[in-house]
Amino acid sequence: MKIKHLLSAADLSREDALAVLDTATEMAAMAGREVKKLPTLRGRTVVNLFYEDSTRTRISFEAAAKRLSADVINFSAKGSSVSKGESLKDTALTLQAMGADAVVVRHPAAGAPHRLAGWVDGSVLNAGDGMHEHPTQALLDAYTIRSRHGRIEGLKVAIVGDVLHSRVARSNVYLLHTLGAHVTLVAPPTLLPVGVEAWPADVSYDLDAVLPGVDVVMMLRVQRERMIDSFFPSEREYSRRYGLDLDRLRGLPSHAIVMHPGPMNRGVEISPEVADSPRSTIVEQVANGVSVRMAVLYLLLGGAR
Amino acid sequence: MARPQVDQAGVRVDRQPSDGGKADDGKVVEGKSVGAGHGKGAGGVDSKNVGGKVIIDGPNLARIVDRMAHQILEKTSGARDTVLLGIPTRGVPLARRLADRIRAFEGVSVPLGALDITLYRDDLRLRGARALGRTELPPAGIDGTRVILVDDVLFSGRTIRAALDAIADLGRPRQVQLAVLIDRGHRELPIRADYVGKNLPTALSENVRVRLVEIDGMDEVRIEAGRSLDGSGKGDR
Repeated sequence: MKIKHLLSAADLSREDALAVLDTATEMAAMAGREVKKLPTLRGRTVVNLFYEDSTRTRISFEAAAKRLSADVINFSAKGSSVSKGESLKDTALTLQAMGADAVVVRHPAAGAPHRLAGWVDGSVLNAGDGMHEHPTQALLDAYTIRSRHGRIEGLKVAIVGDVLHSRVARSNVYLLHTLGAHVTLVAPPTLLPVGVEAWPADVSYDLDAVLPGVDVVMMLRVQRERMIDSFFPSEREYSRRYGLDLDRLRGLPSHAIVMHPGPMNRGVEISPEVADSPRSTIVEQVANGVSVRMAVLYLLLGGAR
Repeated sequence: MARPQVDQAGVRVDRQPSDGGKADDGKVVEGKSVGAGHGKGAGGVDSKNVGGKVIIDGPNLARIVDRMAHQILEKTSGARDTVLLGIPTRGVPLARRLADRIRAFEGVSVPLGALDITLYRDDLRLRGARALGRTELPPAGIDGTRVILVDDVLFSGRTIRAALDAIADLGRPRQVQLAVLIDRGHRELPIRADYVGKNLPTALSENVRVRLVEIDGMDEVRIEAGRSLDGSGKGDR
């Protein structure tokens, strides 16, 4: 990889992205082995720096680092000096003094990982910054799409729902575009960000018109915790226009898959029957997350310092 | 005699599994392959690297593989309970050729596998992350079997050290043996091969370059004047 930090999916060239996916394929083969451990990052330290709640991403990064034999330090803002008012920079300098080879950071402020990258010597991996980006989620989504469809190039992907607040949507648009997929964003006008015309994706307000032609549907979580205004009249109305239920599932081409980055609001953006259907890759995405993050850690940290 | 390309079921001949532009220079190990500063495209490497002296040509390489297959049959009493594990890149087609010859000589079908050791290397910090090869074990696994590791060139022994670590994570074979096409000396670890195609005394500064039809379009072993004098191949890639 030519890059030292993974801050944005837009930083990944096609070659880098494919290198991650190919490496992840080999890492995934290891998951079936008796000894699920590789000595590759022995003696390296990976710090998980989480200023926001997370289940999947933190556990997944931790498992990935441990399977590569790195030492893992988990840091969550709760119960640390952050609650006493320590700034991100001072925390970063502490990590620097402890000799962290990689810092995996999740922060409510967009751009926090970029700032952090200037303060520490190690690699910085963005595990979600505000409403900006979540590049490893995009990589694991791309990996899941490739393992189900055998390719990404030329596929039609619909990303549906709360695009405005979604870092997953942003990262996926960039990465899938880099890898040659055709992305259509589907959302109510209130949940699309300003400037979305400039993204390498089409925009539609009508889910039913888009669904029959897609290979992949990616449902986004309605992020109520980030909603300070009312973006739609009621959950029921949102669900009726933009939720994926069994009727809409039947309207999909038979080979199309249904994705969701989790955590799900069952009954809002996705109905429980759809979430648990064989077309859904939601559990697979979580499993793939570990392999993809192992690949990223290996490619960023395995190299010369 | 032109050796037909082996096409039996079993392990795929394994280029680096990258969709990207990188060709098969994935395992430029211990100075046994391309010298310093060469391009990555396979074609480019070949055309730039026509120097050096041919040590083994195609027909002789086939004879050597025949002999090694016979030796394996002899030392393992007919290759019973034996598994051949090729180390990517060029160990994999070599292992396949050995299995093919063993089948031709005695009708024994030897399970084949591939063992990528990249993640077990001790020089990742020095040389950086590289594309991974494929690890694929025979369906029956390797527990209780006699594993014969197959590689093209034995040099410092570090690849084999890494392979032994990798095997320990994959199962518990009854015995592990080593078959190499070329032993060029300069061991840095107490490791030796059980089956050697050819002992090739070399200077540390030289490079030994094995080409196989399956990967390089031709069979030959060439010795080339290298550029890195420390022999650790740090200049590679």
